[in-house]
Amino acid sequence: MYRYDEFDQSLVDARVAEFRGQVARRLTGDITEDEFKPLRLMNGLYLQLHAYMLRVAIPYGTFNSRQMHMLAEISRKYDKGYGHFTTRQNIQYNWLKLDDVPDLLADLASVEMHAIQTSGNCIRNTTSDQYAGAAADEIEDPRPTCEIIRQWSTFHPEFSFLPRKFKIAVTGAPKDRAAVQIHDIGIQIVENNKGEVGYSIFVGGGLGRTPMIGKHIRAFLPRQDLLAYLEAIVRVYNMLGRRDNIYKARIKILVHETSAAEFTRLVEEEFEKIDKTNLLALPDEEIARISKYFAPPDFEELAPSPAALLDAIDQDRDFALWVKANVTPHKVQGYSIVNVSLKPIGGVPGDITADQMDGVAELAREYSFDEIRATHEQNLVLPHVRETDLYAIWQRLVELELATANIGLVSDMIACPGLDYCNLANARSIPVAQLISERFAELERQHNIGDLKIKISGCINACGHHHVGHIGILGVDRKGEEYYQITLGGSADENTRLGDITGPSFPYDKVVDAVETVVNTYVDIRTPGESFLQTYARVGLAPFKETLYAAA
Amino acid sequence: MPLLKDGRFVEDQWQRLEEHEIVPRDGAVIVDLERWQVERETLKERTAPLGLLLLPGQSPEEVAEDLPRFDLIALSFPAFKDGRAYSYARILRERLGYKGELRAVGEVLQDQLFFMVRVGFDAFEVNTRTSEEDFAAEMAKFPAVYQPSSCGETTVFARRHVGLAQCAAE
Repeated sequence: MYRYDEFDQSLVDARVAEFRGQVARRLTGDITEDEFKPLRLMNGLYLQLHAYMLRVAIPYGTFNSRQMHMLAEISRKYDKGYGHFTTRQNIQYNWLKLDDVPDLLADLASVEMHAIQTSGNCIRNTTSDQYAGAAADEIEDPRPTCEIIRQWSTFHPEFSFLPRKFKIAVTGAPKDRAAVQIHDIGIQIVENNKGEVGYSIFVGGGLGRTPMIGKHIRAFLPRQDLLAYLEAIVRVYNMLGRRDNIYKARIKILVHETSAAEFTRLVEEEFEKIDKTNLLALPDEEIARISKYFAPPDFEELAPSPAALLDAIDQDRDFALWVKANVTPHKVQGYSIVNVSLKPIGGVPGDITADQMDGVAELAREYSFDEIRATHEQNLVLPHVRETDLYAIWQRLVELELATANIGLVSDMIACPGLDYCNLANARSIPVAQLISERFAELERQHNIGDLKIKISGCINACGHHHVGHIGILGVDRKGEEYYQITLGGSADENTRLGDITGPSFPYDKVVDAVETVVNTYVDIRTPGESFLQTYARVGLAPFKETLYAAA
Repeated sequence: MPLLKDGRFVEDQWQRLEEHEIVPRDGAVIVDLERWQVERETLKERTAPLGLLLLPGQSPEEVAEDLPRFDLIALSFPAFKDGRAYSYARILRERLGYKGELRAVGEVLQDQLFFMVRVGFDAFEVNTRTSEEDFAAEMAKFPAVYQPSSCGETTVFARRHVGLAQCAAE
């Protein structure tokens, strides 16, 4: 894991001091709320329906036990004893007081954490594959690239007042777990035919009210050109992106309106000019220095599938279900990746109590080389666990009420905070997720249904990624009533696809029935072993439409 | 608007001409791009200092050829959230080699001064709440920078790999 050096630490400390001053000026009325707003947003601080909300960055989702313990302590000290993991690998606190925030940021800085650029019209926290460094299909660990981007984008003087927010995601594997094609810039690490590792670049993906899949603008970018190329893209966007309409200000609209070909030409032209200055070429020593922090931990040589594990799977049905759903193969023999579900039946997706945070931190220290990951699907990961320890870990997770065996299944939903917290929302998301989860509470049934991603957004800003849900649910306001539009067939992996709208939306008290109808229809018509997406690709919308609107 | 230049309040020697105003024979004046394009030939014959105001949407690359004629370029921030001029400033300094005064006009917030200096501004029309002490405090705010930019500081990426002797010399 990356560790701050004196420079990194001094910058984060300086930011805390700066924000302390800004809060003081706001409290004395020296600056107006209008002027304060972009300043607090650049520190991740929102004013929500009921209180201030702070979004803390977990760069590319990687953190350690000391940091997790601090997140727990912060939730006890300044909040209500819990936190909420988001779809961008961050954690949010929902019940803060403005005058506490500088102290909270100082606590974060003491464990090499911050809330810098987690909001505002700037380059946001870079997200990545939650299995980075552990996945078998990886070309290269994406985290050194992410860390280089984190540093380059931090307090970037030119790009702190962009037309709109700007999100970058990096994946190091062909199987895309970072949803790079729905980001402003998506970076895929690739190898060319000479065996050199570089980057393939997508631009202009995004969800929101105009969902778009990223355009592929560069097949192979040499590693040393990364920052110059990123600077070219963001500069073109900063100068030409629309500022007249907040809903048309994202880079996806610019790419769409200028055409992908013309946009690519502008970027390449700008890149040529920047590249000549050579200012942004990273020293090789620096790439090596940062990469060294992400060197694999000292894995032991272990035999695969130990007998004790197989026995436990045989004898304990609950454990067996958990292993089936929540444990993923590791690149090193004898190790596993453990997914910790933050989607208990009937719970709030992504929520975690302070005691649970402490519990996960202890497990990470004891069993996973002190590493934890946050996922964009609002779960946690212990990336490097010995197979022989799986049963012990599971038992501890059961005690912590974190052992729900539902990763990738129907109750492993993404949901935005919705109308319960957010002042943009049209409808509630969390209670819908809870009701769906309770309807499908029976785990055996979920396992029988198989891989199914339900994603729920409370408004068209699409924080719950509903467009790319296998089943997407969008809350809309119909004459003051909460209604929900359903989309089918969306996906956010390497075959990214936007879902199709089924038809008229459903009222709050009918939306769970509608989801169940879709699921039952799929189970009825699938061929053996066929996933929801495969069935949908084969039969299309018609059979689902028929059962959904049969009564109407 | 009070004018801060190199960290000190100074008297503004420049007159910004409105659309209807006639260009005086003497004295330093700032004209907008439209006037420059229309009256270029007459303006070129003037010997008194000439400045150019560029609005968002008017890239300095459009006037690259004319730059030697200007002693001042003013980049406008119609709203502090409109960040286009940050890119224009870097292009002027780093790409087009502009060495004259680069002035930020419009909505210029104290908290933005550090970024503005980094992209190459050296003069600021600030609001009346900003003091020289505030400016100095803003400049001292961050002890290091990650990105190369117009003012040529050594980046953290580079500082990590220089010898101790070089560090001491900075």
